[in-house]
Amino acid sequence: MSKHFLSIENLTQRFPDGQGGTLTVFENACFGVEKGEFVVILGHSGCGKSTIMNILAGLAEPTEGVVKMDGFEVSGPSLDRGVVFQNYSLLPWLSALSNVTFGVRARYRDWTKARVIEESKTYLSMVGLEGDVIHRKPSQLSGGMRQRVSIARAFANHPKLLLLDEPFGALDALTRGTIQDELLKIWGGTEQTVFMITHDIDEAILLADRILLMTNGPFARVAESVEITIPRPRTRTGIVDHPNYYAIRNHLVHFLGERSKALSGQKAEGPQRPETVRIDRTERAVDPDPAPADTPRLRAVNT
Amino acid sequence: MLGTLSVNQRAAILSIVLLAVGLLVWEAAIPAQKAAEDLTEYERLTGGGAPKAGIPPPSDVIAKAWEQLSDPFYDAGPNDKGIGIQIGYSLFRVLSGYAAAALVAIPLGFLIGMSPVAYRALNPFIQVMRPISPLAWMPLALFVIQDSELSAIFVIFICSIWPMLLNTAFGVAGVRSDWVNVARTHELGHLKTAFTVILPAAAPTIVTGMRISIGIAWLVIVAAEMLVGGTGIGYYVWNEWNNLDLTSVIFSILVIGVVGMLLDAAFAALQRGVAYVE
Ligand SMILES: Nc1ncnc2c1ncn2[C@@H]1O[C@H](COP(=O)(O)OP(=O)(O)OP(=O)(O)O)[C@@H](O)[C@H]1O
Ligand SMILES: [Mg+2]
Repeated sequence: MSKHFLSIENLTQRFPDGQGGTLTVFENACFGVEKGEFVVILGHSGCGKSTIMNILAGLAEPTEGVVKMDGFEVSGPSLDRGVVFQNYSLLPWLSALSNVTFGVRARYRDWTKARVIEESKTYLSMVGLEGDVIHRKPSQLSGGMRQRVSIARAFANHPKLLLLDEPFGALDALTRGTIQDELLKIWGGTEQTVFMITHDIDEAILLADRILLMTNGPFARVAESVEITIPRPRTRTGIVDHPNYYAIRNHLVHFLGERSKALSGQKAEGPQRPETVRIDRTERAVDPDPAPADTPRLRAVNT
Repeated sequence: MLGTLSVNQRAAILSIVLLAVGLLVWEAAIPAQKAAEDLTEYERLTGGGAPKAGIPPPSDVIAKAWEQLSDPFYDAGPNDKGIGIQIGYSLFRVLSGYAAAALVAIPLGFLIGMSPVAYRALNPFIQVMRPISPLAWMPLALFVIQDSELSAIFVIFICSIWPMLLNTAFGVAGVRSDWVNVARTHELGHLKTAFTVILPAAAPTIVTGMRISIGIAWLVIVAAEMLVGGTGIGYYVWNEWNNLDLTSVIFSILVIGVVGMLLDAAFAALQRGVAYVE
C-alpha cells in the first residue's frame, strides 16, 4: 500500500472531550493519493476533515499512525506541502505582492530580490492580479482577491503536495467560479498533487479526480473513494451535460444525506480503507435517457 | 462663514480663542493682587506684598520665555544654566533609562509571551513590582549604585519597564496561530519567525506599551530630578521655586508639557507606522 505518492496509514486522532474522557475523531484511517492527482474530501462539519489536513501539513501530530510522502514519513511542516488555509491567512501588514514574495523568498533562499519579485508577479498575474492591486494590503482587497493571493503564494512555492482547506468557503458563487477556473488552469499546467476540503458537491465534481467521502464523527471513516468519470478539460456548464454527472452527484447527495449518518459511530477493528466506487454510464450501451433519480450503478472494487 | 470651514479649522479657531480668553482673564486677574496700597498691615508684615511672591501675569511669562528661548544653551555655573541644557540633561536620562528598559523588556516580553510556563513563573514578580512607585526605589538605588546620575536613570528604567514588558508579552501571546502556521509551513526558523511574523504582528501592541512607558518616564524624571538635584528640568523647577521666581516656574512647567507632548507625538507616529488592519 505504500506505493502511493502520499499514503495515510492507520491514522488515529483523539482529543480530550473536555469532560475527562476522550473524543475519537477518526480511527485507523488508511488511504492513498497518487502523484498529480486532485483529491477532494467531502464530509459533514465536524467529521475531522481539517484535522486530517493539519496532520498532512505537519501542523498537528496524530495520536497514532503515520503519513508518508514519497516514502518519507511526514514530521513537522515543510515547504513541500503548501497550505491554503480556509481564512486565507495572509499577513495583514504586508502587501499582496510581499505576501507572495514572503513565500518565494522562503523557498528560494539564494535568489536575488529582483528574481523573487519577478516570480511572485508571474504567479499573481496567473490568478488575475496585476497592476496597482498587488501593492495593496489584504484589508484593501476583496475576499476573492485575498484568496487568489493565498493561492498564488502556495503555487509559487511549487510544493509537491498542495493542501486546500475549504479555499472558497467564504466566496460568492460567481467569484468562486472564476477562481475555480483559475485553480484548474494552474493545476493543469503544473501537474501538482492537490488535496482539498470542500462542502460544495458541484465544486468537488468539477475539480476532483477522486472524491473521498467521510462519515459523520465521532469515529468517522473515510468510507468511499468515488472516481469522477468525467473527462477533462471540464467546464462548469459542460459537465452538467455529461451522462455521468447526475449519477455521481446523486450518489454523493445520498451519501451525505443518509449514509454518512447510518455508517457513523461504528467502531471498527483494523485498518479502515475506503471502498472504491466507480460510476460510469458511458461504459454501458448508450442509455437514451439517463433519469437523474436512478440509483447509480455501483461497482465496488477492492483496492 | 464658519460653516464652510472643515472641522479641523473650526477646532483650531476655537483653540486660539480659548487660549486668548484664558490669557486675558489671567492677565486681568493679576493687578488686583498686586495693588500694594490695599494690603493690610498684617499682610505687609508677613511679606504678602513682596513683589516676587505674586503669581506673575502671562505677559511676564512670555517675556521670560522669549529671554530663555533666545539663548537656551548658556551655562553660567551650577545654578544658572539655559533651559535647553536642562531639558537636554532630562532627555538624556529619560532616553538612556528608557532604552535600557526596552532592551530588557522587549526580549523578555517575547519570551513570556511565547511560553506559558515563563509567563506563569514571572507573573507573581511582575504583579508585585509593577505597583511600586518608581520613586520608592530611589533610596535603595542611591545606596546600591552610589551615584545620583545613575540612580535617576535607574528609576526611569524601573518605571518604564512594566508597560513595555506586559504589552510585549500580551501582544506576542495574542499573535494569531494562523500567522505562525504560515511561518511554520514556510520552514522559517525560530529567529526568522520572531522577526518576520511575530514582531510585526505584535508591533502595534508593543508600541502602545512603549508609548505608555515614555509618558510615565517623562512624568517621573521631574520628580526624580527634584530629589537628586544638580541638573535637569526637574531640578530647574525646584531651584526656581527656591528662588521664588514663579515666572520661571510657570515657564518651565509649560516647557515640560511641550516636551512631553513631542515625545508622545513621536510614539504616536511610530504607532501609525506599525499599525495594520486585519
Ligand atoms: N484541538 C482540539 N481539541 C479538541 N477537539 C478538537 C480539536 N480540534 C478539533 N477537535 C474536534 O475534532 C472534530 C473534528 O474537527 P475538524 O475541525 O477536523 O472538523 P471539520 O471536518 O474540518 O469540520 P468543518 O467542516 O466544520 O471545518 C470536532 O468534533 C472538533 O470538536
Ligand atoms: Mg474544517
